[in-house]
Amino acid sequence: MLQKMFLLRRFEEKIEELFLVKGALIGPSHLYLGEEAIAVGAMAALQPDDLTITTYRGHGHALAKDVPAKLCMAELFGKSTGTCKGLGGSMHVAIYPKTGSLYATAIVGSGLPIAAGVGLGLKHKKGRQVAACFFGDGAVNTGAFHEALNLIALWKLPVLLFCENNQYAMSTPVNRAVSSPSIAERGRSYGIETMIVNGNDVISVFVAAKAAAERARRVCEPTFLECVTYKMKGHGVYDKGEYRPKDEVAKWLERDPIVAFEKRLQESKLLTKADIDKADATARREVEDAVAFASQGSPLPFDDLKNYVYAGGS
Amino acid sequence: MKLREITYAEALREALREEMQRNPDVILLGEEIGVFGGAYKVTRGLLEEFGPERVMDTPISEIAIAGAAVGLALTGLKPVAEIMYMDFLPICLDQLATQAAKIRFMSGGQLKVPMVLRTQYSLGRQHGSQHSQFFPALFFQVPGLKVVLPGTPYDAKGLLKSAIRDENPVLFIECGLLYRTKGLVPEEEYTVPLGQAEVKRKGDDVTIIGVSRLVGEALSAAKKLEEKGVSAEVIDVRTIQPLDLDTIVESVKRTSRLVIASDDVKSGGVGSEISAAVLEASFDYLDAPIMRVGCPEIPVPFSPSLEQMYMPNADKIVQAVDGIMGR
Repeated sequence: MLQKMFLLRRFEEKIEELFLVKGALIGPSHLYLGEEAIAVGAMAALQPDDLTITTYRGHGHALAKDVPAKLCMAELFGKSTGTCKGLGGSMHVAIYPKTGSLYATAIVGSGLPIAAGVGLGLKHKKGRQVAACFFGDGAVNTGAFHEALNLIALWKLPVLLFCENNQYAMSTPVNRAVSSPSIAERGRSYGIETMIVNGNDVISVFVAAKAAAERARRVCEPTFLECVTYKMKGHGVYDKGEYRPKDEVAKWLERDPIVAFEKRLQESKLLTKADIDKADATARREVEDAVAFASQGSPLPFDDLKNYVYAGGS
Repeated sequence: MKLREITYAEALREALREEMQRNPDVILLGEEIGVFGGAYKVTRGLLEEFGPERVMDTPISEIAIAGAAVGLALTGLKPVAEIMYMDFLPICLDQLATQAAKIRFMSGGQLKVPMVLRTQYSLGRQHGSQHSQFFPALFFQVPGLKVVLPGTPYDAKGLLKSAIRDENPVLFIECGLLYRTKGLVPEEEYTVPLGQAEVKRKGDDVTIIGVSRLVGEALSAAKKLEEKGVSAEVIDVRTIQPLDLDTIVESVKRTSRLVIASDDVKSGGVGSEISAAVLEASFDYLDAPIMRVGCPEIPVPFSPSLEQMYMPNADKIVQAVDGIMGR
């Protein structure tokens, strides 16, 4: 898991550099820096054929769900070698059904009703797969969220609802946007088993997700997991997040999920400093390889676009 | 081919039943479609025949209905979702236009969304401004979606069967006023392909395009025109996405005159787009302006007599033809 966390961190740091320093990438891009423990802990608890539905802040989910970094990077570069052949871009990097990374939507809240449908489809097929839906604290104020939660609870669908509460929807803090005492309250209000999880602790996320996945497989019921975390940077790559109090940012940066996990692994003598450095170096190399791969490809020919509008050749 | 007379609603029900028998992955979901049998009884009896796992009553949650259909389609099933009135469609427009219609494209062809969203418009049934809207032209702006507008029981059945077998998201817009109208439908199985207009009546002097309910009105208008010595050709577009422009242009090149009749508000409606496309393709063949017959730029009034005046009909089509004959 540490290896994966490093990959997510170094990947996003590279993206930030490519946007801000090198000017090599353009368009909106929403980084997952500081939230790595959630995607990595959650995916470690899922099976490879479980299906994820995520958002425009989805690079981390893609990498954690084993989408090759080079394909993600090529998608950010808009190349035909990317996960979506360069037609999706940063906000849809995580569409790669081959590894169960089923869908990523750029409209806040819209993934939840789709996750309900995926859960319904899986239940209908009577297999053991589950669906996992990732969304932010901003999504809990959309109508789609409430309609979907009601349906997921009503029909007892095998859906894991990961609310990544990173404290801000763009610049609006949760306390100025959510009327209920907590986001978890909203899960409970639909009669869904709900947990509040330390989203900066990968082991906590893993344990909670494991229990939720087993519950979904065993009794076919959903679980709502409010994973409390913090965006290290702003909403998008160009946002410096200056609307946040400095002491608040400093407090959260001290709770860096990777540093915390490193410390825990060393204290329990599971890994040495050398092991950790090696994992980091491997991640950095993978990211560099991804950039090299992405730099080589080219975009799809414009004339090919029409072939992707409809299935079945019409 | 053995024919019998059944209603538009019965034809739709037969299509659903046959496709559900043919393919166990077909699942229906929507408000009041199961126990109640559908607000207009299109799905009557299907719950009893196929069970609650395949005929699913939902809460009043249009976003969740459309979104669940998208999700079901992504898992390889074949959802046929119902949105009770077309007026409720904007509630779930994100799922239909921004999710379903874009997913194949923006996934670079990795995913497809084979789903049908059935809905109906109730113009002419005294349902007032919020239960009578008909705005199919909006979907010209949504590539990735197919849009079907059946005007007869025969087409309703054949087109719905094709829509369910299609690999793309299909918006299937029924006409509420037609549910009880009868027409000849074969006993044997058949389908009507999406994207093919049909010449419902041959003629030489003018082409009249009817959309949905106005196919019947266009045919009545053609009869009235015949009495006046005008030979009208009537075309049913059947689908507007894809639009079969070839059949329309071929006809206009022969008749040199075109009237388009559709139940939507005239400005920016189906007639506007067809008119522009025909002009681009066959300007030199036209002897008169293209005329659109549609609703005025006013919300649908409740008062029954006012609604009748508001709606297009055969007489208004005849009037439009009269205005361009002899030019």
